Amino acid sequence: MSERPTKKDEAWRYADFDALKEHWPDSADRWETVDVAAGETKRELVRLLPDPDLVSDVTRLKVTVGDGGRYELFALAARSRYGRLEIEATLGDGAHFEFGGAIIGKARATNEFIVRVNHEQPNATSNQTVRAVLADKATGSFLGKVYVARGAQKTDGSQSSKAMLLDRTATANLKPELEIYADDVKCAHGATVGELDKRALFYMASRGIPPEIAERLMLQTFVAEGFAELGDDKAREALEADALGVLEALR
Amino acid sequence: MLDIKDLTAGVEGKTILNGLSLTLPKGEVHAIMGPNGSGKSTLAYTLAGRDGYEVTGGSAALDGQDLLDMEPHERAAAGLYLGLQYPVEIPGVSNVNFLRTAVNAQRRARGEEEISAGDFLRAMRKEAEAFDLTMDHMKRGVNVGFSGGEKKRNEMIQMAMIEPKVAVLDETDSGLDIDALRVVANGINRLRSTDRSILIITHYQRLLDYVEPDRIHVLKTGRIATSGGPELAAELEREGYDAISAEAA
Ligand SMILES: Nc1ncnc2c1ncn2[C@@H]1O[C@H](COP(=O)(O)OP(=O)(O)O)[C@@H](O)[C@H]1O
Ligand SMILES: [Mg+2]
Repeated sequence: MSERPTKKDEAWRYADFDALKEHWPDSADRWETVDVAAGETKRELVRLLPDPDLVSDVTRLKVTVGDGGRYELFALAARSRYGRLEIEATLGDGAHFEFGGAIIGKARATNEFIVRVNHEQPNATSNQTVRAVLADKATGSFLGKVYVARGAQKTDGSQSSKAMLLDRTATANLKPELEIYADDVKCAHGATVGELDKRALFYMASRGIPPEIAERLMLQTFVAEGFAELGDDKAREALEADALGVLEALR
Repeated sequence: MLDIKDLTAGVEGKTILNGLSLTLPKGEVHAIMGPNGSGKSTLAYTLAGRDGYEVTGGSAALDGQDLLDMEPHERAAAGLYLGLQYPVEIPGVSNVNFLRTAVNAQRRARGEEEISAGDFLRAMRKEAEAFDLTMDHMKRGVNVGFSGGEKKRNEMIQMAMIEPKVAVLDETDSGLDIDALRVVANGINRLRSTDRSILIITHYQRLLDYVEPDRIHVLKTGRIATSGGPELAAELEREGYDAISAEAA
């Protein structure tokens, strides 16, 4: 058992500590391990759906992907109080790590994705896409780190994170980060926080679309970007449908 | 059908429309012409109810219903259509989804039955082709990657599908080459009907060579400076808007 983290721990700086203390250490201080053998592909879907009775929910995954292997994780985080999904993935030569996630929060919910990808070997690729929709006083955070070890040449790691604030009282923390010790690497990242496009909302209204439907149409496509890399149509549509259900309950 | 009386409106405390009155009877096509900055788009946005356009006096009614009292989407359901001077791009929402959502929202608001997906797609394909666009365009995000002219033609496709009682077309003709202008003009002529009124806002006479309006109004500094028959367009072309101000003064 390790000590309960504090705000000083970088990976925990936006956590809801009041919610967390009720569960530390029993459920929160536990890492699950996932091993993807060389050349294998593994895909996982995580759904943290709204649940007013659940105070905190922490899932922590330590993933090892063997040479040429592939690990894909798609997640929807929409816990009512505190939801956290933390992943540390270590990639072998030529391996790929794919993370796609959506955070949807309202009231005082805090949901966060903490992702660290270790490119320890050359030729590995990783891609992270996160979209967050936040209303009321909700907080959504993405701390995403791409670490490239000395000698991990030809690494390609990209991160895209975008948040949409529906109210000025909501908070988004998007922190893509690179730590690179090799010289022949390609890493791109972008993070933007914005609001719904008022011109588009007026355009839709001028065609007779009521504001709540217009808003939902725009948010639905925005959130779906988080799942765009999910190749299995059925699984993707199911995840999108879950996200839509949460969006419909936002207002 | 559209009755505007003494309309005074502005943006950010600045008065732009200054006691504008205009009656557009059922089945007629009128044109509003005027120099840049005279308030043409402000009139269009004020009628449609865009945020930030504040009405400080006067009235506007469609078929006797007070427009100014309604939310923008309610005005659309009441039968008002605005073709925007600068159509907006909405990435991720396809033209098909956008327009079908719009048509059905209006139908629901009026207590009518929704259109089926099949009927809608058939009608949309026909209109897209009539305005020289393809279903490929329609499946893309709203106006995303459309050229200026394609965006304007898309405004016409939407008008044709929505079948409004009153359409206000804000410079739908600007930025069109001669072929596209003909396509749009043919569309307007086809959509002319005894129970629809159309207000064409334009900066140039060009479109009026193809669509003959019943009346032309000249807007200057936020009010109608003069009105006349279709011959007024040629006169404006010859003498310019300045001559009109002298006449009005
Ligand atoms: N959002 C705005 N804020 C401030 N002034 C505006 C705004 N929109 C238009 N105006 C001003 O109102 C006047 C009329 O503009 P507009 O209605 O766009 O004219 P037109 O369409 O006839 O060219 C212009 O002087 C313009 O600068
Ligand atoms: Mg204008």
